[in-house]
Amino acid sequence: MLKSVLIANRGEIACRVIRSAKAMGMRTIAVYSDADANALHVKQADEAWYLGPAPATDSYLRADKILAIAVKSKADCVHPGYGFLSENAEFVAACQAKNIVFIGPNVPAIEQMGSKSAAKVIMTEAGIPLVPGYHGDDQNDDLLQNEADNMGYPLLIKAVAGGGGKGMRVVDCSTDFLTHLTGARREGLASFGNSDVLIEKYLLSPRHVEVQVFCDRHGNGVYLGDRDCSAQRRHQKVIEEAPAPGLSEELRQKMGITAVQAAQAIDYVGAGTVEFLLDSDGSYYFMEMNTRLQVEHPVTEMVTGVDLVAWQLNVAAGHPLPMKQTDIHLNGHAFEARIYAEDPEQDFQPSTGTITHLRSPATNQHVRIDTGVVEGDEISPFYDPMIAKLIVWADDREHALAKLDLALKSYHLEGIHTNIDFLRRLANLDDFAQGKLHTGIIDQFQELLLNPSVHEPDVVLAMAGLVFSHAAQGQFADLSGLRLNQTQALTFDLCYLNQTSAIVADAKGHVSTDQVVLNHQQGQITAGYHLQDNQLSLFMATGKAKITQVLATLDDFSGREEANTGSICAPMNGSLIACLVSAGQAVMAGEALMVVEAMKMEHTITAPMDGTIGEIYFQVGDLVSADAQLLHLNTLEE
Amino acid sequence: MATLNNNINPQSSDFKLKASAMQVLVDDLQQQVANLLLGGGEKYQAKHLSRGKMLPRQRIDALLDQGSPFLEVSQFAAHEVYDMPVPSAGIICGVGLVNGRHCMVIANDATVKGGTYFPLTVKKHLRAQDIALQNNLPCIYLVDSGGANLPQQDEVFPDKLHFGRIFYNQATMSAQGIPQIAVVMGSCTAGGAYVPAMADESIIVKQQGTIFLAGPPLVKAATGEEVSAEELGGADTHCRTSGVADHYAESDQHALLIARQCIEHCPKTAGNSLQRKNSVLPRYPAEEIYGVVGTDLRKPFDVRDVIARVVDDSQFDEFKALYGTTLVCGFAHIDGYPVGIVANNGVLFSESAQKGAHFIELCCQRQIPLVFLQNITGFMVGKKYEAEGIAKHGAKMVMAVACAKVPKFTIIIGGSYGAGNYGMCGRAFEPNFMWMWPNSRISVMGGEQAAGVLTQVKRDQLQARGEEFTADDEQAMREPILNQYEHQGHPYFASARLWDDGIIDPKDTRHILSMALATALNKPAQETRFGVFRM
Repeated sequence: MLKSVLIANRGEIACRVIRSAKAMGMRTIAVYSDADANALHVKQADEAWYLGPAPATDSYLRADKILAIAVKSKADCVHPGYGFLSENAEFVAACQAKNIVFIGPNVPAIEQMGSKSAAKVIMTEAGIPLVPGYHGDDQNDDLLQNEADNMGYPLLIKAVAGGGGKGMRVVDCSTDFLTHLTGARREGLASFGNSDVLIEKYLLSPRHVEVQVFCDRHGNGVYLGDRDCSAQRRHQKVIEEAPAPGLSEELRQKMGITAVQAAQAIDYVGAGTVEFLLDSDGSYYFMEMNTRLQVEHPVTEMVTGVDLVAWQLNVAAGHPLPMKQTDIHLNGHAFEARIYAEDPEQDFQPSTGTITHLRSPATNQHVRIDTGVVEGDEISPFYDPMIAKLIVWADDREHALAKLDLALKSYHLEGIHTNIDFLRRLANLDDFAQGKLHTGIIDQFQELLLNPSVHEPDVVLAMAGLVFSHAAQGQFADLSGLRLNQTQALTFDLCYLNQTSAIVADAKGHVSTDQVVLNHQQGQITAGYHLQDNQLSLFMATGKAKITQVLATLDDFSGREEANTGSICAPMNGSLIACLVSAGQAVMAGEALMVVEAMKMEHTITAPMDGTIGEIYFQVGDLVSADAQLLHLNTLEE
Repeated sequence: MATLNNNINPQSSDFKLKASAMQVLVDDLQQQVANLLLGGGEKYQAKHLSRGKMLPRQRIDALLDQGSPFLEVSQFAAHEVYDMPVPSAGIICGVGLVNGRHCMVIANDATVKGGTYFPLTVKKHLRAQDIALQNNLPCIYLVDSGGANLPQQDEVFPDKLHFGRIFYNQATMSAQGIPQIAVVMGSCTAGGAYVPAMADESIIVKQQGTIFLAGPPLVKAATGEEVSAEELGGADTHCRTSGVADHYAESDQHALLIARQCIEHCPKTAGNSLQRKNSVLPRYPAEEIYGVVGTDLRKPFDVRDVIARVVDDSQFDEFKALYGTTLVCGFAHIDGYPVGIVANNGVLFSESAQKGAHFIELCCQRQIPLVFLQNITGFMVGKKYEAEGIAKHGAKMVMAVACAKVPKFTIIIGGSYGAGNYGMCGRAFEPNFMWMWPNSRISVMGGEQAAGVLTQVKRDQLQARGEEFTADDEQAMREPILNQYEHQGHPYFASARLWDDGIIDPKDTRHILSMALATALNKPAQETRFGVFRM
């Protein structure tokens, strides 16, 4: 029997595992880096052990340290969550050597599935359908270019050890191939320690449909329905659902059986996901198998009523699967929306900072939030920007989607940028509602999805006036704005959508600590709000609106020269992973200068104008903070 | 604490009649003030704005903290005094908060006769400085004035409390460590030039502000020199060459930000350490004061019904409740500040006067601010009362009021007649602030009484000469006297001449007292020393 579990992960998944493990009466052991000393998973676990510095390579990826803690804390087993060490065969082997149960498959299964090319060979042998491509070991540049050119474009380059969109590039034409190859290799090396890649035909509008499988040590294997994860941005899933809509029972069953076959082909044990590309003609191809619990596992839990983490722990303890295939029924429909700390309006740049305001929808048996953060938490640049998952369930897809929108509407977060409004726009797309899903849906409707939410400016400004008045009143109580024998509403210079106007705050309404109600001619309009100094966020039914109170300061009149335009600054907190230029070098506008990595995403900094490189202030490997001056570009005028 | 009961039925016809009568007066008050807000009129305001200048009230709003109250004083100054309208005497004065600190703001309104100083403009400016001195408030002068109004120079220039006193006050307040900040946002000519020159720090707006002893026309007349106003006394001249101004501002808004900065660099001085409690609203609505008081001064009301609508939680602990009952004295809190209230509930007798003197002594001993609610026809007259020494008992109360060094606030809520005005801290007794309700009247005695006295004197004279004084004669004589007293006793007449600091809506009394108390507490507590009480 397993009495204690060490969770070798962080964030929402660590909290998720702790929840089920505690419910089973297990002792839960968390590990944490410097950045996570006050994190939710640390607080929720029965005990927490310090792992190391913030960068994952010094903490959550340090198999040796984690194992040492597992031994010291007398953990019976280790749950890896997803990402980090979840598909690291060496770690699994090391666990076994120390007689600590690894919650997941055995070493050969991980090794076989961990290399995408090896996996495909095995799957071909097992009769599983595959997308055409090159999966060879020979990684010679010319050979790969040649294979690619023969296959035709567009095509995909994937890091063989990759997952979650990292180390994966779409190449549209032959000339771009080598650039993307280098990038994919660098990301593969950085994220997974392996720079090998494979090349695959890129289907034009396929769906991403995956099957949840589960196998025990007694030869039993079942599938727990499927999930559609087609809504992806840069190969990062955004909204997932179960069951995949519009599949015939026959197809659903066929894919399920194929998935179990695939798992059994490698003697798989535990929870796994077999990902398929589903073409519009109903043919499907094996993409890869994820030998771990998936981020989107909750939608399966919602429609099957199964606690997948509990199953994982039971199977790891040697128990047989608690259900047979015939016992597993799908009930209703579930969606999961991933809340990311990122700015959709700035090309989805990861957003770091402190969560100053967090109001989440009320949870119940049909609305679930898997989160790793609370108000006041700092979102650091070190880890994945996904901070929470919102999962909803209803009897059918239409109602579940409505519920998703409603719940997203009452998900209020400030201090960092989030994709919440983006998610709402996605959920409200006609094509999405009609189930016309394909992996390019976000790109297809990009313009619509990236358009900032539109609100009636009059309503926004009237509400803002109410909130700012309320705040000003706090200071002077009943005497606020007192004028002798006159009633004078306060006036505020408010900037909304880059337009500043003087707003007389004479609207009628009511303001509480986080909600404002405007009595409008159309009736009462309610919004959540968060006010930080002169920055107001209104969480309207139509999405978030940001209003700034323009306060004149002496600096506005200081007449100081504009900051030198030759300063090249970091767009966000992160680490400098490449410097592509040297001092004195002449560069042209648009030329790549440096690469900053944040939240496992690479950001290339380009020259805004022609010039020559002056001083470079950082070295590769340095951590840089947002707006830090990275280098100086001497412009031609200087 | 004892709770004041509610004795008022807002549904009674008496209440409704009184309330609607008071409402008429309040409506008129607000209408008059709405007109005052237009300054010199829309035409001159538009012209002022077209020069890129802010209106004086806009300047004040920008100067004060966002949401700050602004306790305007002498709003009705010069109201119907001169043969032309001079709204608010062309100057806006009041107390507001700058960086959390109570300041006296004195802002010329250049849309009113170029912001020139009429006699009452001078009086208002001096009164504002008095308030600043008495309450230890930094002064911020927003200067935009052509200087003395030349046609009235005899009433503006030479006397002790004329123009020169402004600079005397600046100098002596500065000497006491009360900051004096001048912002030159327009003309600042001749005597006016000394406002920035005498200030601790001065700010001038480029292309708008000018400071010179003599403007270009006078210079040309005197020496033949031709020079532009900007060259003669603009921001560049004074910030770069003369050193008359210290800070160069790009605009009104910039100048006001600099003024805020100046105040921020004046460390807050220790004020009165009076303990403030949590504020609790009165149990009964302030609006009901209208129906309690009404507008007919001959109809008595129980002043406790007013107090119940002003003080925190309607809690009022009476002192000597059973003695000298025509004067109500007691302890209460207003917006959390402890106060001693002295309120008339009828004519003053010897006992009431002695009780009042005793209570004022108590408050001085305990450093509790005093609030006087005046509704007084005077001291009782007659043989019995003179014989028991009502004059010396009244004198005790006047002595106590005069010497009391705690903050004092007077509100005339009804009549204010004769020596009652003195005993109840009238203007001569230097209350920190003094206001009138729109229903109130102030004069040496009531019109009826004055008419009675004057007709009696006349009748006596005529009878001594053996002549007849008919009822028609008496009526003919009474009429103009009554009219004169009604006209001159009216709050608009009184306030126009600065016999008070303003007319207030009765329902705002609590808020205004709260702001005034907060203002007064900027001055450290003073020790009271009484003179000789006649026993």
